[in-house]
Parts: sequence; structure tokens; C-alpha cells
Amino acid sequence: MIRAVNIKKSFGGTEVLKGLTTTFEKGKTNLIIGRSGAGKTVLLKLCVGLLAPTSGEIMYGDTNFSQLSKRDMRAIRMEIGMLFQGSALFDSMTVEENIRFPLDMFTNKTKKEKLDRVNYCLERVQLEGNNSKFPGEVSGGMQKRVGIARSIVLEPKYLFCDEPNSGLDPKTSLLIDELIHDITIEQNITTVINTHDMNSVMEIGDNIALLHQGRLAWQGNKDMVMDSDNELLEEFIFASPFLQRLRKAAVGK
Amino acid sequence: MNLNFLYHFGRYLILLRSALTRPEKFSMYWKETMRQMNDIGIGSLVIVGLIAVFIGAVTATQFAYQLQDSFVPAYYIGYIVRDSTIIELAPTITCLVLAGKVGSNIAAEIGGMRQKEHIDAMEIMGVNTASYLILPKVIAAMVVIPMLVCLAAAISIWGGYTASVATGLITDVEYIQGVRSFFEPYYVFMMFVKALVFAYILTSVSAYQGYHVKGGSIELGQASTQAVVYSDILILLSDYVIAIILTM
Repeated sequence: MIRAVNIKKSFGGTEVLKGLTTTFEKGKTNLIIGRSGAGKTVLLKLCVGLLAPTSGEIMYGDTNFSQLSKRDMRAIRMEIGMLFQGSALFDSMTVEENIRFPLDMFTNKTKKEKLDRVNYCLERVQLEGNNSKFPGEVSGGMQKRVGIARSIVLEPKYLFCDEPNSGLDPKTSLLIDELIHDITIEQNITTVINTHDMNSVMEIGDNIALLHQGRLAWQGNKDMVMDSDNELLEEFIFASPFLQRLRKAAVGK
Repeated sequence: MNLNFLYHFGRYLILLRSALTRPEKFSMYWKETMRQMNDIGIGSLVIVGLIAVFIGAVTATQFAYQLQDSFVPAYYIGYIVRDSTIIELAPTITCLVLAGKVGSNIAAEIGGMRQKEHIDAMEIMGVNTASYLILPKVIAAMVVIPMLVCLAAAISIWGGYTASVATGLITDVEYIQGVRSFFEPYYVFMMFVKALVFAYILTSVSAYQGYHVKGGSIELGQASTQAVVYSDILILLSDYVIAIILTM
């Protein structure tokens, strides 16, 4: 479980997060949603230590992550996997080398054991047989899946995904969502996803945090979305007339 | 201006402190160091060789011109080419050129990784990126660049021979006599000291410029240019400081 406690973050004179408190639960896909500029990416970067909070705490279990030295932070980071918006695959390495990189760096496995693990991860993301391709030779959706494979290769306890569906068609988005959700349940990990995608919210939103102007505006799960009276949530989720009509047809509101 | 300098100098020291830590896995660092040695060393052989030939040739030709009709013996041309090459031209000119070739490459490589979030990705994996991305480059350069400088000195002396003997300025016996006269092994020591210091400067300064790059392709280009400019300035400055210290 990860807890963000009274997190504040400022850049220059601008306060992006204004005392945000929320919890990301283990074994669930935790979604951070909100309009552009709400502070989602900043919150995600604070959670993985790429940014330091101005005040407040990021707690991994009982450990105050934001107070750790760089060295101790690295120990926790080895339990973290992250899928970046642009996949962040090393473009001069093949798919196999990309996924193998954390194994090479942090384990003493034999070549065969590493290859087996890489192949397992590739199979898990339905990309078996693509070992020797370079990131530039595969599609955007495949790159995301390679990114997922790389992020789970060390069997992390925490998985962070920054806009995993951006730039993907609806069907591939769904595939990525299902993949992340299945992995979360299979491995009983804490997954945190920063997304704009409303399909993701309704499909895999086990725990959803809506951010608005740097504050937590609503928290709940996908089943609570339809019945919620929260104006900000309604405004965000049912932004288009089409979705408003769908909702009316479903719950009569 | 002064505050800006102090800010960058402080950040440079912090980066170096992070870089000089125990590697996560020695074999990965070793592999990366070997790769860098190949890129810096083998990759720079042609340009270093080419420059060295002309350094020697131009030095020999110009001194031959200056010494004609003087009482200075002709064999002094070989002596002057050897010493000026070993003490100054081989280490300094080679490293100024390498600052352009290797330095800009390092800044662009690390800066590109920063912009494509590769550095963030490695950090989240638990990799000490300052160490993994910078230390192998600095070590590789400090091993390979003195070798390149040594080679440049030898090629330069040969270039001087070719230019002066082949064109009939002096005889080969005179040139070789000059090259073998008044040899001071201490000058070779000076050459290696300069090569080591310059190698360290051009890699660490360029890595610093790339590591902290922000923005897009324009900023990456600027970082690459700044890497070369600052490296060159610091190489010339340290050249003077080393000259003072080692000749005191």
C-alpha cells in the first residue's frame, strides 16, 4: 500500500499540489484521473521519487519514502516498475536487451535463466518471438507492451503507469488495460495508473482518485462513478454529450 | 554571473560525487567502459592521426623557414618538432579536437537519454545513473586519450620528418639527429599529465552538460555546443596551470 499524506508541491511560486492525501491499495489498479494541469503527473513523479515534495509524506507501507537518502531510495525503487508515457525504451537495444537490462544490472542469474525470464515476460504481454527487434521497428502499442514487460521483469511490488493508453487506438488501449489489470491481480501488486482514458476508468478502476486543482476532489471505484453526485466527477467523466446520453440511459440521471 | 558560476560548479561537484560511488554491478560497468574505450579510442584514431601528421608537418616547415640563413644548425628542426609536439601540441591540440568530437557526442548522448526519459527509467529501476552513465566514460577517456596523445606525438614527429625530408628542407640524418638530441624524459611525463587532466575535463564537463539538459532539440544542441566551448576553455586554462606547476 502507498499513502500520500498532505502532499504539497510547488514549482517557483506556483503550487501544483495543495495538501493532497490519498491511498493506493495493494492488489488493485489505482487510477489517478483529472484534467490537464490537475497535478496527476506530478503526484506520480513524487510517488517514484523523481520529484521531492515541498511538504508531506509518501509512505510505502511504514517507510517514509520522501525522507530517504538516495541510496535507501534505490533499494525501494528496485521494487518499483514503471511504464512511461513514451515507453522510454532504450532505442539502441533490442526488445530482449531492453527487458533484460534490469536483470543484467541487479541479478546474478545465468544467461539461460535471464533468457527464460525475458521470454516469460514477452509471452505475458503477447509479444513472444519479438526478441531481436528494435523499439523503432515495432508499433506504439507493442512498445507499451515491451515497456510493461520490462517493468515487471524483476517482479516488482509496485507498478506505476503514466498515461499507458495515450496515442493508442481503443482496442489496443483495452488490451493494455486488461494486461495491467491481470498482472496486478496475478502478482498482488500495487498498481498506480495516471490516465485520461474514460474506458480505463470504467473497466479497471478499482480505486479512483480524481484530482482537481491540486486537491483530491473525489475517491471511489468504477461502480460508484455512475451514481456519484460529485459535480467535478460528472464534469470530467461525462464531458461529452454522447457520454451524458449513455449515462442517462443507464441510470436515468 | 558569479552566482551562476557557483551554482553550476556546485551542481557539477554533486554530480561527480554521485558518479564516484560503488557500481551496482561491476560487470555492467566493465562492459560499458570497454564500449566507451572502443568508441573514444578506435573511433577517434583517424581524426587524431590526420591532425597529428599536419601538426608535425606544419611545425617542421615553419621552423625550417625561420631557421634558414641563420646560424642555428638544421638538425634543430627535428629537436623543435619533437619537443613542441610532446610538451604542447600533441596533448593540447588532440584534446581540443576530442572535446569537439567526443565531448559533443557525450553531451548529446546523455542529453538525448534525459529527454527521452531513459535516465528517469533507469533511476526508477534503481540504477545510479550519474555513476552508470558518466563513470565508464571518464575512465575510458582517461585510459584511451593518453594513448591517443602518445600516438599523436609519434605520428606528428613522423609528419615533421616527411614534410622536411621529403621536400629537401633537411636530410633524414639531420632530422633524426635532431629528434634524438637533448631528450628530456620529463617532457613525456608532462605530456601524460596533460592528457589525463584534459581527458577528465572533456568527459566530465560534457557529461554534466548533457545530464542536466532541459527542454527540446534546441536546448540539446546548445548543451552540446556548451560542452565543447567549456571543455576547450578549461583545457586551455588547465594547460597553463599545469605548465606553471610542472616547470616550477
